Amino acid sequence: MTWLEGALAILAKDVRSEVRTRAALNAIVLFSVVTLTVVSYATGSFGLSPEVHASLLWIIVFFGAMAGLSRTFVVEAERGTEVALKLTASGTQVFLGKFLFNLALLGLLDLVLIPLFQILLPIREANWGLLGIGLGLGSLALAASTTLVAAIVAQAGVKGALFTVLSFPILIPVLVAGVSSTRKAMDHAPWADAVSEVQLLISYAGIMLTLSFLLFDSVWRD
Amino acid sequence: MARAWKWVTGVLMTASILLAFTYSPVAMRPRYSSETHQNVMVPWPEFRIFFFHVPSAWVAALAFTVAMIWSIRYLRRRDVRFDDVVLASSELGFVFCAVALLSGMIWARREWGAFWNWDPRQNTVLILLLIYGGYFTLRSAIADEDKRRRITAVYSIFAFATVPFLMFIVPRIMETLHPSPIIKTNENSGVMNAKMRLVFYLFLLSYTALYLWVLNIRVRVERVSRSSVMDLQTQEVA
Repeated sequence: MTWLEGALAILAKDVRSEVRTRAALNAIVLFSVVTLTVVSYATGSFGLSPEVHASLLWIIVFFGAMAGLSRTFVVEAERGTEVALKLTASGTQVFLGKFLFNLALLGLLDLVLIPLFQILLPIREANWGLLGIGLGLGSLALAASTTLVAAIVAQAGVKGALFTVLSFPILIPVLVAGVSSTRKAMDHAPWADAVSEVQLLISYAGIMLTLSFLLFDSVWRD
Repeated sequence: MARAWKWVTGVLMTASILLAFTYSPVAMRPRYSSETHQNVMVPWPEFRIFFFHVPSAWVAALAFTVAMIWSIRYLRRRDVRFDDVVLASSELGFVFCAVALLSGMIWARREWGAFWNWDPRQNTVLILLLIYGGYFTLRSAIADEDKRRRITAVYSIFAFATVPFLMFIVPRIMETLHPSPIIKTNENSGVMNAKMRLVFYLFLLSYTALYLWVLNIRVRVERVSRSSVMDLQTQEVA
């Protein structure tokens, strides 16, 4: 089995167990739907400015991600499957598999959220390509930086709030660039206006992924 | 050696504070006059907080960098003494960061009209405080000592990677009111002349000396407290 096949096998295992329990998926989707409903009740029939619209969208994505992504490594510890995983795969394989799984979860979240958002808080017109790219790259950066934090939290005693406490400050650049690119998309800005946001998201995801690959073994192995 | 730091810090700090209020001239800045309908140069004594604000931001950056480098060294060698430096330097960085935030807020109240303006640079410093607050929370959440050192070293390196984004890239996306972070050398810009620059560099030196002095003490305290805990443990076993 090559290195990549091993990582994909871990992804397949996680997808299979997720299809059976649907724990993380339920948490993420329901959390976002509930938040979205609360937000649309709260704002009512007021017309929202692009600034407010973009911020609300990102707050929902952000907390939806917080609700689901912390589970990936905690479940391994709770089920007692951590040791088996350590024996069968190398650290980087485990990391890549878990990262891809988190990325898939966030992708699903985006796919569920955008149509619902469009029904409850409709965006009338936008640069849809830029909106999609911003959301996609934002999700990539979210998954890239929270996977290692999830592994760290699984090692610590208090699990609930710690994940948010540790991820939130790290994710601020993603939040700033994400909100800014979405706002510009809703303002019908041309692509050239959002170059620095896209650059920031790509370079941030690249740096966080590289660092995670380098550091993951120190968290994973004693 | 530690005693030498104490004296170096004391002399440098006293000298720079005295010079800031005597040797350094008062900065001038243009202000629009409604009588002459022209800009006239008026004295700007508030600029002096700059001497205290910028060096504390500089020492915070230095301290977090030291914490990051010593985290890497710890992960390589697994030597407990490296972790003492990481902890001590993170704590000091946190304190100096808070000083930079507070002195910046005082200045912002005076110049921009409010303590908090959601300026990207104010946010950056606040987020740095949150990151290292997270670091201390994580430290207290792991009971096993070796595991605690290993995991927090990883977080310290990982979190540090976001600092360049917060410092240099985010302010490019969001509008900032903050004065240029680069020290201006042009005499006519009215920002700093040679005398002010001399005092400013002296402040940088004395803040750095203060940091090194307290770091030295803090590392030794950590070492002593660890060895006394170990003594107690061995006594209990015996």
